[in-house]
Amino acid sequence: MATLRIIDGDIFIDDRSIGPEITIAEWREGVRPEAGRFELSVPNTEDVEALSEVIGRFNAVILEFPTFQDGRAYSQARILRERLGYKGEIRARGAVLCDQALFMVRSGFDALDIGGGDVEGFRRSLAAYSAFYQPAADAAPVVRDLRAAKRAAA
Amino acid sequence: MYRYDEFDERIVRERVAEFRGQVARRLSGELSEEEFKPLRLMNGLYLQLHAYMLRVAIPYGALTSRQMRQLAMIARKYDKGYGHFTTRQNIQFNWPALIDVPDILDDLADVEMHAIQTSGNCIRNVTSDPYAGAAEGEVDDPRIWGEVIRQWSSLHPEFSFLPRKFKIAVTANSADRAAIKVHDIGLRLYRNDEGDRGFEVLVGGGLGRTPVIGEIIRSFLPEKHLLSYLEAVMRAYNVSGRRDNKYKARIKILVSTDPDDFRRAVEEEWAKSDKDRLDAPLEELLRIRRHFAPPRFEKLGADSAIFEAARRQSDEFARWASVNLVAHRQPGYAIVNISLKPIGAPPGDINADQMEAVADLAERYSFDEIRATHEQNLCLPHVRKDDLYEVWRALDKAGLATPNIGLVSDIIACPGLDYCDLANARSIPVAERIAERFSDASSAVDIGELKIKISGCINACGHHHVGHIGILGVDKKGEEFYQVTLGGSGAEDASIGAITGRSFSSSEVVDAVGRLVDFYKSNRRSGERFLDAYRRLGPDPFKEVLYGDAPHH
Repeated sequence: MATLRIIDGDIFIDDRSIGPEITIAEWREGVRPEAGRFELSVPNTEDVEALSEVIGRFNAVILEFPTFQDGRAYSQARILRERLGYKGEIRARGAVLCDQALFMVRSGFDALDIGGGDVEGFRRSLAAYSAFYQPAADAAPVVRDLRAAKRAAA
Repeated sequence: MYRYDEFDERIVRERVAEFRGQVARRLSGELSEEEFKPLRLMNGLYLQLHAYMLRVAIPYGALTSRQMRQLAMIARKYDKGYGHFTTRQNIQFNWPALIDVPDILDDLADVEMHAIQTSGNCIRNVTSDPYAGAAEGEVDDPRIWGEVIRQWSSLHPEFSFLPRKFKIAVTANSADRAAIKVHDIGLRLYRNDEGDRGFEVLVGGGLGRTPVIGEIIRSFLPEKHLLSYLEAVMRAYNVSGRRDNKYKARIKILVSTDPDDFRRAVEEEWAKSDKDRLDAPLEELLRIRRHFAPPRFEKLGADSAIFEAARRQSDEFARWASVNLVAHRQPGYAIVNISLKPIGAPPGDINADQMEAVADLAERYSFDEIRATHEQNLCLPHVRKDDLYEVWRALDKAGLATPNIGLVSDIIACPGLDYCDLANARSIPVAERIAERFSDASSAVDIGELKIKISGCINACGHHHVGHIGILGVDKKGEEFYQVTLGGSGAEDASIGAITGRSFSSSEVVDAVGRLVDFYKSNRRSGERFLDAYRRLGPDPFKEVLYGDAPHH
């Protein structure tokens, strides 16, 4: 299972995980991350905001795309990054296609389980745009800021 | 008019380049049609009954002459010489070849146009009042907010895979020409008692299988908070909208299930949101506003001697003027509506020569501005009254002077079974036959405002639910039948039409409409529209007229 990770703007591909996975259901049954690094997997029907206490104890959160058309995890990722300030890894799993990769990264994902996906396709897709209109969970240049900078320079 | 800066241009070009790659992968077989489908839909490319169809966005319905000429070029070069204006102020080309589509998109980008998000389960092209900047009674120019929404919604990372498609309409006038009450989000800009501008926010209106009038989710939203509030509505929908059933996935189902609960969810989300970051900065709003500064109108008297003389001279011109013109806020000017509903032709179609004729007129007489209306017509928003006769003569020469705006033959119809693989029945031929039935211009004027809207299936692209008379194509054992609804309206007095009873065959339906009109004419009060008479008299006498004497079978 290849994972694409974006670290400081560079793309890395490997097949390591952050650590053992604990599902939110297991957490609720009392399983706890102890001694080491752990990943928490969360279905896309969960209100992640209610998990703010929990996620701080994990090094990574895995969010699910049951199909590529099901976009709920984009909202979950933005809430984790922008509202809860989560700094660990947020990884996309499931129907992770190269043509949606950019939306995922902009929403706060920094790791994508791409399976046997076409790495070049992901690279191309992630580099397709040089600026965006709306602020989101990433550090990509936002057009309004570029405009302001241009005005300031003029 | 808004003009792209280098950043707008870059984003649109990058989008074309991305899609060019995706088309190449499809043509090489690397992508299956199933994998390609969501990608082409996000770029407005449908696969219809006979061919691909490309839907081009006309943000808030505003076009320049240069853009219209480019549409004419595209119609000639890549299509069969015509285009089709839709009920969402867009234009569709019905016959492009897949391999040409990236080139078409580059040609569009040359004139600051695109097909981004004219399809798919994302935020669609924003629509607005076609008389923006021209009509009386406007509190501000709604195109400013249309452009703010266009930019914000383009390639939105969080809201591109929603449960279902999502349509936003914005107006800044109490007269609603944007059908805001039947949109997923309808925005009405107004001034509150303190004199501040803000939006009334309606959510969850829509047509389709389950027609609903939108709920007022917030009665006053300060205008500067529009984007943060829209993000809150969209997030509530993205998280909680149904995804298990395509027909229950629109936001109207979520809202109408429990409007108070939805309102609470949005307000809670908005209360937590980082408004300083999400809302458009004031500088950016001012930058966009500058693009919509009023044109340099001449100081003219309210009346034009040239216009009055021409009216006396030509009955035809006088009729067209009384039907197709609308009052302008600037003395000495008028809003010219151009009907795309000539008797006996498909509603909304326009050929390349006609597009160029409109472009020439706009350039010469209307400050280079053209608007598309949601009723599938065009308008020239700023014409001097002194020039109206010249404009009319040129329109007449181009076959564009049908005097029927708002009248019985100004019919909205979806493409229907002639083009669409979802349709149960044809729409265009029914529209054509009804128009022919009422082709006498003076009797059409006598009938007055009457909005007939025809859909070829329950998806309601022809807006039949909000027709004063609505006609819905249904399939009965392989035969085309038509159900009639009465009393709908998509304007500020919005209502959903009521089904009258059993459906009519293709040969019966035009006579059925004829009987309704005759009954109205003999029972109306002075100045009363068909819709007003229906609302006063109630459905029963109209049903009696439809079904009472007709043979049952």
